[in-house]
Amino acid sequence: MHEHDMECQDIVKNLNGYIDGELDSELCSQLETHIQSCPKCQVVVNTLKKTIHLYQVDGEQTSLPEDARKRLYACLDLEDYVEKD
Amino acid sequence: MNENTTQKPVDLNALREGDKQAFADMVQQNSDHVYRLALKMTGNPQDAEDVMQETFIKAYDHVAGFEGRSKLSTWLYRIATNEALMLLRKRKKSTKHIEEGFETDDGDVLPVQIVDWCCLPEKELMSSESQDRLRDAALTLSDANRAAFLLRDVEGLTTREAAEALDISQSALKVRLMRARMQLREELSEYFASRMAKEQI
Repeated sequence: MHEHDMECQDIVKNLNGYIDGELDSELCSQLETHIQSCPKCQVVVNTLKKTIHLYQVDGEQTSLPEDARKRLYACLDLEDYVEKD
Repeated sequence: MNENTTQKPVDLNALREGDKQAFADMVQQNSDHVYRLALKMTGNPQDAEDVMQETFIKAYDHVAGFEGRSKLSTWLYRIATNEALMLLRKRKKSTKHIEEGFETDDGDVLPVQIVDWCCLPEKELMSSESQDRLRDAALTLSDANRAAFLLRDVEGLTTREAAEALDISQSALKVRLMRARMQLREELSEYFASRMAKEQI
């Protein structure tokens, strides 16, 4: 990230907004133009998106264990109210 | 936590009046999400269970005062986050936090690791060793940054909802989120780069 220091720093500043689709269209297209011509920024953007994706996949694979669910219902005295699977 | 549209909506009036069935509906629809947040915040299943139980006990005690200005799920996330943060403060786990990346005078975190590991197969990216690494990396974040990241990126809250759950401004939420995302990217880049290097030997 040395040849285009200012522009690369602008990317970092706006990375959240870019990834979350919250930038106005003009700024967004300026960023995209820079990213297309800057391999380092491409790597940062792609690996950042992938990082978030991996945490989302990991989160989807995490569920409440059944024994912990039973203890929760017992602790809240809800066994007679919950739908049984 | 997207209140599942296939489930019957929780009757808020009944809930506020202490109706046990409405409370049970709320617990059933939200316990998975509360547990997941608690587990990712604390990194420990027993702590996560304690946080989850305490969250619903507090919710039951205070639901009469729930005004409905935010979604019920956001309100529960708020209680759960506070419970997790309190427990972590007691355990002093927050001292583990290490900042990765290079911080500018503006507070932006500049990337240090520039390795493209996106080409690694998903099977390898999500191997059990990688998942352990993912979880360890999340625990190196400050508790505040981790909470912002989990609510926004893992639980899928909007910026406004995540800020509400943490009782901070949306701009403060964005700063925490950016730091968390960049730090996790650094941690994972370091790890996957070393994996790629090993494969090339």
